[in-house]
Amino acid sequence: MSTAPGLDEIDRARLAGKQGRAMQFAMETLLRAAQIMGAARLVPITFAHLDACFYAGQAHVDFAQHLLDNGASFSVPTWTNVGLVSLADETLRPENEAPQAVSGARRLMQLYAKLGAKPVWTCAPYQLPNRPRLGDHIVAGESNAVAFYNAVIGARTNKYGDYLDVACAMIGKAPFAGLHLDEARAGEMLFDVTSISPELRRQDIFYQLLGHHVGRRAGQRIPVVLGLLGDASEDNLKAVSAAAAASGGVELWHAVGRTPEAADLERAFRGRVPPTAFKVTKNDLINAHHELSSARDGPLAMVALGTPHFSFTEFAQLISLLAGRRIKPGLKLYISTSRFVRDLAASRGWIESLVGAGATIVVDTCTYYSPAVRGMSGRVMTNAAKWAYYAPGMLGVEVVFGSLKECVESAVLGDVWRDPNLWKHVA
Amino acid sequence: MARSESMETCGVKITSRVLSPGTAAGPPLVLLEPLSFWGAYDPATGTIIDTHHPQCGASLTGSIVLMPETRGSGSTPGAIAESIRRKTAPSGIVLLKPDVNVAIGSFIAATLYGLRCPVVSVCPSDYERLAAASHLSIFEDGSIEVRL
Repeated sequence: MSTAPGLDEIDRARLAGKQGRAMQFAMETLLRAAQIMGAARLVPITFAHLDACFYAGQAHVDFAQHLLDNGASFSVPTWTNVGLVSLADETLRPENEAPQAVSGARRLMQLYAKLGAKPVWTCAPYQLPNRPRLGDHIVAGESNAVAFYNAVIGARTNKYGDYLDVACAMIGKAPFAGLHLDEARAGEMLFDVTSISPELRRQDIFYQLLGHHVGRRAGQRIPVVLGLLGDASEDNLKAVSAAAAASGGVELWHAVGRTPEAADLERAFRGRVPPTAFKVTKNDLINAHHELSSARDGPLAMVALGTPHFSFTEFAQLISLLAGRRIKPGLKLYISTSRFVRDLAASRGWIESLVGAGATIVVDTCTYYSPAVRGMSGRVMTNAAKWAYYAPGMLGVEVVFGSLKECVESAVLGDVWRDPNLWKHVA
Repeated sequence: MARSESMETCGVKITSRVLSPGTAAGPPLVLLEPLSFWGAYDPATGTIIDTHHPQCGASLTGSIVLMPETRGSGSTPGAIAESIRRKTAPSGIVLLKPDVNVAIGSFIAATLYGLRCPVVSVCPSDYERLAAASHLSIFEDGSIEVRL
């Protein structure tokens, strides 16, 4: 294999096998990828978030075992995405439901912890301390995290697939191509939301619907949103990132006046003339709402929150919306989060009161993919566009989409409740 | 010109860009639409399972699969490697657009299991010639022998 220019002494030693078979394998993988991606050189990274710890077959386990047996180590802080199962609660996806996948998933997660990855098991690693900074080159594979890191933090990553993410983390470098380059980060499409009332633009559901709509239109292009409120929260931007990554494959987007590479329209497009804007209308949002609801309103088996993982501030909103009430007996309320955020919420007494109200806190994993948690079936309500996008296909459940407030009231009632005030401000 | 038993089989050689090396031979199977190897393809059986795909139900096992591009998924390498491990994979893959995920899946499987599923890319005019062939052989250096 031809060697990419710009390899340093350590890289060459690794390629020659002087740091063990695993490091050589990682270097070969990285150089092969760099060549295919057309990278002239490698770029040092400061952080990696691995997706390869999510079980997708025995090859994943064999790969991690091969690395462990051949002296692999990570060169940069390396954190883990969710696993297929929860290591904290083995009853969530019992082994007898899908023996090979469940035991393989557990083994895989243990292997990555042994390899030295920080076992944070979250799809929202950006909610934890010590996150990357503006301009840092990093490696991530989880689609919502890729979009959030690129858009909201301004750290630079491509959507790295299985194994290449691990190879980059081991070498501490990535192919200098794609979204690592300045010129590849310019906006390519413009969405104008200024005709949507500011009241609606303050609602959490607006960001979910907007993300879904923008992703559908943008595909893998880089959308720029004009008219997001300057005080849109990170939870709001998380919602756009996750929804647009799910419905379209968006890896980077900009919000004029809100995200770090888009102080104004000119900067969002890196000096190029912005294209004609798509005016986002009330009908676009209503259509998105319909697309995310596979079922009519009615009695609920479950309410699913926390896709991507629930943040500390989302827990605060949930506690305030629930206001000490219990959820309907028989209904399941699942809230997926990281161990870190769970512990933070627990320090306020929130986890105890949520469990007391009948909720189940899920850590290390998520609820939208198969095998279904505890044989879930029937009608499920969620406030997460990503959950609503994937679950009907992956789990065969019927999905009703709603705001966080609608989800909470519905969980208390056991039946879908609609907020009469939600759409009245729509222009 | 009429073909006869005594004639040499009509053949040409095409050069390709090697994304993951190996040798392979088999009939071409041309995918009419891009395929996501994760979710739309079952590595356990080697078949297309996406009901939206026009070739849903088709088996890729043992064919030289021709596809313009893949539908991007970060889980593609895992699905390819798993399929190669289970011996349900195509014998080789020819792309129009070089794809790092397909290539890495093949490369990892070669290292872990010693099983080869070469991945190469070609230009559009060569792609058309390969698609019209009855049998293809891919060699280690990326050359492809085409039997019409």
